[in-house]
Amino acid sequence: MSVKRKDLLSLAPLSVDEITLMLETADSFKEVTGREIKKVPALRGKTVVNLFFEPSTRTRTSFELAAKRLSADVINFSPSFSSVVKGETLLDTARNIEAMQADIIVLRHSSAGAAETLAQGVKSSVINAGDGWHEHPTQALLDLYTIRQRGMGFRGLRVAIVGDVSHSRVARSNIYALIKLGAEVRLVGPPTMMPRNIEKLGAKVYSNMDEGLRDVNVIMMLRLQLERQGRAQFPSIREYSRLYGLTAERVRLADSAAIVMHPGPINRGVEIAPDVADSLSSVILDQVANGVAVRMGILYLMSGANS
Amino acid sequence: MSILIKGGRVIDPGRFVGIADVLIDGGKISAVGPQLSVPVDTRTIQAEGKLVLPGFVDLHVHFREPGFEYKETIQSGSAAAVAGGFTTVCCMPNTSPVNDNQAVTEFILERARLAGLANVLPIGAITKGSEGKELAEIGDLRRSGCVAISDDGKPVMNSLVMRRAMEYASAFDLTVVDHCEDLHLAEGGCMNEGLISTELGLPGIPAAAEDVMVARNLSLSELTGARLHLAHISTAGSARMVREAKARGILVTAEACPHHFTLTEELVRGYNTHAKMNPPLRTWTDVQAIKEGLRDGTIDVIATDHAPHATQEKQQDFTEAPFGIVGLETALSLTLGLVDEGVLSLEQAIQKLTSAPAVAFGLKKGTLAVGADADVVIVDQHEQWVVDPTRFRSKSRNTPFAGWKVKGRVRTTIVGGRVVFEATPVEQ
Repeated sequence: MSVKRKDLLSLAPLSVDEITLMLETADSFKEVTGREIKKVPALRGKTVVNLFFEPSTRTRTSFELAAKRLSADVINFSPSFSSVVKGETLLDTARNIEAMQADIIVLRHSSAGAAETLAQGVKSSVINAGDGWHEHPTQALLDLYTIRQRGMGFRGLRVAIVGDVSHSRVARSNIYALIKLGAEVRLVGPPTMMPRNIEKLGAKVYSNMDEGLRDVNVIMMLRLQLERQGRAQFPSIREYSRLYGLTAERVRLADSAAIVMHPGPINRGVEIAPDVADSLSSVILDQVANGVAVRMGILYLMSGANS
Repeated sequence: MSILIKGGRVIDPGRFVGIADVLIDGGKISAVGPQLSVPVDTRTIQAEGKLVLPGFVDLHVHFREPGFEYKETIQSGSAAAVAGGFTTVCCMPNTSPVNDNQAVTEFILERARLAGLANVLPIGAITKGSEGKELAEIGDLRRSGCVAISDDGKPVMNSLVMRRAMEYASAFDLTVVDHCEDLHLAEGGCMNEGLISTELGLPGIPAAAEDVMVARNLSLSELTGARLHLAHISTAGSARMVREAKARGILVTAEACPHHFTLTEELVRGYNTHAKMNPPLRTWTDVQAIKEGLRDGTIDVIATDHAPHATQEKQQDFTEAPFGIVGLETALSLTLGLVDEGVLSLEQAIQKLTSAPAVAFGLKKGTLAVGADADVVIVDQHEQWVVDPTRFRSKSRNTPFAGWKVKGRVRTTIVGGRVVFEATPVEQ
């Protein structure tokens, strides 16, 4: 089986089979990342362009490493060095990159829909590496991969996503994928951080964290964007932390084998207590490690190298 | 030269409906009736099977001049207007500079005179620079030709300033027009807030951002007795409040745009920038409420909010792209769609494009009464056509209706007794 799509923009339209294929493909690359020589020739001669309009170290590095381990040529392109500041539209920038025969464009952009707009305008494959508050599909895939690595099945799995769901592309991608795969998704946070009508997607919303965490198998913490305090989303870091911070005590409300996840970078002592972040139930660094294998799989599938 | 429009179905809303000839002489309507006898040297336009209507009056257009001539000029906007059957258009003051003084008003009127197509009537700003702080010289604006005042697009947030503007404007019998949007509630939003904005990860504009300002404006109108006109209402809440306010005798009129009674927020999916306008496309429930408001008279006027933007502006990503679509050349067909659907009678529909907007601003337009300015449009109600933006007279192409098969087309437009638009050459 192969992926028929040109682009990976969003998990919302993917089938369970497509998601499963992506996770299984990551398995075979996970093995590569464990070797002494962590490189295969799968994408030799292909060009991957990391087009990042928003600062990002970990996602860009993860994609770069993934592409290099597949032997692709990798170009990193960031707006501060580009003509974007001169008023060139996203589409023109991308068409210029495409004219240099880029096979895959990995796009990070602050506007929701930027990846979709780009994909409609270029022949290269586009991988969404985060567009505004919309989606961050490869992050959710590596989250799924990490859950699966712990031997958990998705059907009936109880997952709590805690924090500012309204501004989180990570949350949206996970909500789409987890519900599709049969998990029970709980969204925990103050009502100021829940997007309108989110429950219509099939998730349950909790404003009380203790209730939301009861018996869950996975606790997925979201990063608190500290600058939002001034935007009337929450009164203070102190109060947010008291109401929605993950402490060891709260972890005990969850299933005894529950795992703790975080897409990073973490605010220690704000949304997550240091002892929880460093505990045995934390899989935060596994997520980072798996990110490379998952992205190798995605690059491989989207390059058409398997068809 | 006189013009005889022969044998058409005349609809002069509230005054006359029937087969008749219309005789134009000296730039005025000189007679309406069967088998009119005509002076020599009269051009005859055969209108059998066609509708003969007062020229349409659009209370809400953006002609972008001065300042944004790459989007539209008064010349190109006027050409689009008459091609769409609009003989009178009221242009919003959000130009650069803002139309907040006599000089800009006179410039616009002069450009309109040079274009020589439609009657272009400026709307002056409420506040200097439309900054919402100090009142513009509203008396001067009135004297130099403004027909209403509005800070469209930059609604006056300070309720005291709005109160004073209404009080002051009532001295000149000027209608105060407000684009109802609480800028704090709407901040950063680029589509209707709801499930779709949640799914797309786009910042939303809640219906409440419009509703709270409609409520405020109605209260202020009640307080001051000023004549209030609500631009482009789009929510069920607005329609409900206006209905209630009218029942209590508040002097309010309201307009709706064709896109708000035709399209829903679903169109935004795929991040379609031609579905980005302000107020945003709303839900199916809102669309039904707007139609009901039009049907029962709560919403008096159909206006286009014709908002041209250059192609490259609409090619930006969704959050960056500007709000607005062009509307002058599609409004008639979309309005006739409401007649086909049974929402409005044909006479009601025409009234909302002609006499009702004229009344809202106190204009002597929108009628075929003897002695009125000879602004007339001849329409083929049944002609089907496909919307092709490359054929627009407007400079801009930003429409969500490209490729739509629609019905009803303007054949001839007459302004002040002069034929200013003909779809195809007419036999003389």
